[in-house]
Amino acid sequence: MKSFTSRYMRSYAGVAGLFMLLVVAAVVVLTPLLSPWDPFAIDFGATTLPPSRLHWFGTDNFGRDIFSRVAAGAVIDLRLALVCVFVPMTMGIAVGLVAGFYGGWVDTLLMRITDVVWAFPFYVLVLAIVGVLGPSEGNLYIAFFLVNWVGYARIVRGEVLLISRLEYIEAARLLRFGGPWIMARHILPNAVSPALVYAMSDAVLTVQAVAALSFFGLGVQPPAPEWGLLIVDSIDYMRQAPWMTLFPGLALAFSGVAFALVGEGLAQTLRPEGR
Amino acid sequence: MFQGIVNRILMVIPVIFGVTILSFLLLQVMPGDPAEMAMGTRASPEEIEVIRVQWGLDQPLWQQYALFVRDCLTGSFGTSLFHKLPVSQLILERLPYTLGLTLYSTVIALIIALPFAIVAALSRGRAIDVAIRQVFVLMLALPPFWLSFVFIIFFALNLGLFPTGGVGNGFLENIHRLFLPALVVGLSTAALIQQSLRGTLIETMGADFIDTARAKGLTATQVFRRHILRNSLISTISVIGVRISWVIGGTVVVEKIFSVPGLGSLLIDAILTRDFPVIRGLTVFFALLVVMVNLVTDIAYAMADPRVRLR
Repeated sequence: MKSFTSRYMRSYAGVAGLFMLLVVAAVVVLTPLLSPWDPFAIDFGATTLPPSRLHWFGTDNFGRDIFSRVAAGAVIDLRLALVCVFVPMTMGIAVGLVAGFYGGWVDTLLMRITDVVWAFPFYVLVLAIVGVLGPSEGNLYIAFFLVNWVGYARIVRGEVLLISRLEYIEAARLLRFGGPWIMARHILPNAVSPALVYAMSDAVLTVQAVAALSFFGLGVQPPAPEWGLLIVDSIDYMRQAPWMTLFPGLALAFSGVAFALVGEGLAQTLRPEGR
Repeated sequence: MFQGIVNRILMVIPVIFGVTILSFLLLQVMPGDPAEMAMGTRASPEEIEVIRVQWGLDQPLWQQYALFVRDCLTGSFGTSLFHKLPVSQLILERLPYTLGLTLYSTVIALIIALPFAIVAALSRGRAIDVAIRQVFVLMLALPPFWLSFVFIIFFALNLGLFPTGGVGNGFLENIHRLFLPALVVGLSTAALIQQSLRGTLIETMGADFIDTARAKGLTATQVFRRHILRNSLISTISVIGVRISWVIGGTVVVEKIFSVPGLGSLLIDAILTRDFPVIRGLTVFFALLVVMVNLVTDIAYAMADPRVRLR
């Protein structure tokens, strides 16, 4: 574990990404404590003000402070993104592990299901599921859980197939360790690292998709200061107040970049040959 | 070779079967009665009953599925509630825009990615290689729907270089009108292409037939252009074919923002108007399109490169 930390710290990209995530966390925690502006407080005397020392990101068409709103939105977007990555990741790892380890008809069945879900473009299936279930935050979770696990299942299964052929697994089998024990103890720790790297690029796409779906009215519902919703509200003011569009998107891009860099760091740490 | 192609085609059948089942289940898991949900609260019970019969909701589940498969096989994919037209007709009207946008964005992506892939491959492992890789990874982190608005604000509203959206008549006008949406989609595809092309370039440069080409006296430029680049491009195009679901998925979001009347706009409009037959028909169609493109790519690639064996 110590060697993992020190190796990770040697990756510039990884350190930068971690630092950016810490910045986001600090803003999320500190803004409600330090900022004089309530993200929901309307002030018709201060509408569409450009960024200034008083309002760092300017104000919107209701005179609300955009910095406070973006910070409040971070809680919503990042919570959604983390849950929508973590839960499907766990599901996908479990499926890939079982399919790769047991092989045979279990593998065939699980991989056929995976192939079917994989055949749909990601956005199409998520949109269709949200479309029939009805737009809401809860249904957004369901849609991501149903769709997002396939990538992990495919990756982990491939790794398991490679690892299962190695001698130490053969040795464990000869020692008559049970299947679940071998999977959990010997295969999982080695098969999981590519899934972790993939999880970071998945987080980039998920945080974008959450905002995009909310943007189309199919995810988080107003008046939550979700980033996609902030961008929707800004469209009619694109000409007079471009900062209304700019800053929520920059927040999205910033967290996306942070996840991407952490992924780079993980890739460099877990794949030391540096391909 | 022939056996491989047949096997590959046979492999598609269970996937297509699964795709229809999954799309069918979409409407089954819906909370409440689909007919009622679709018609809204203002519809009379008689009107809802008409839709129930029309959609076969009064019949047992397997017959409903059979009805759905029949719709897919006859090519109608169901009837739109909102447009009162076969879904297939709506798809045919809009497909050219989606395919055009996909193709256009891929060309833009290739133009962006090609030089950087070459530079990265030639300076493999050095700082410039790492820097290029990271810039492309970061480009992926820019949310496309937001990037669309940034481009609209900057290129369309401030500079007036492009329209804010919509499509026109004729090839040249659409090349101009669709430039911004194609650029947004192309930027994310470019990252995919750059990484894959760099990898294959490096691999090809180490191949034996390159040594042969050098040994017979070709100049470095000739070897690079005729042998390395051409071979690497074939495999990169096949990568795009395999990841077509990703590229098409990217157009879905962007189309709506730029008012391009393609399949993505159709899907989002169908969701907003609760036009369930269109949602389902489109979902099936998208998946079938992806499966078919993947199949054709695999077979074409195996034919172009005899070293590849079909699974």
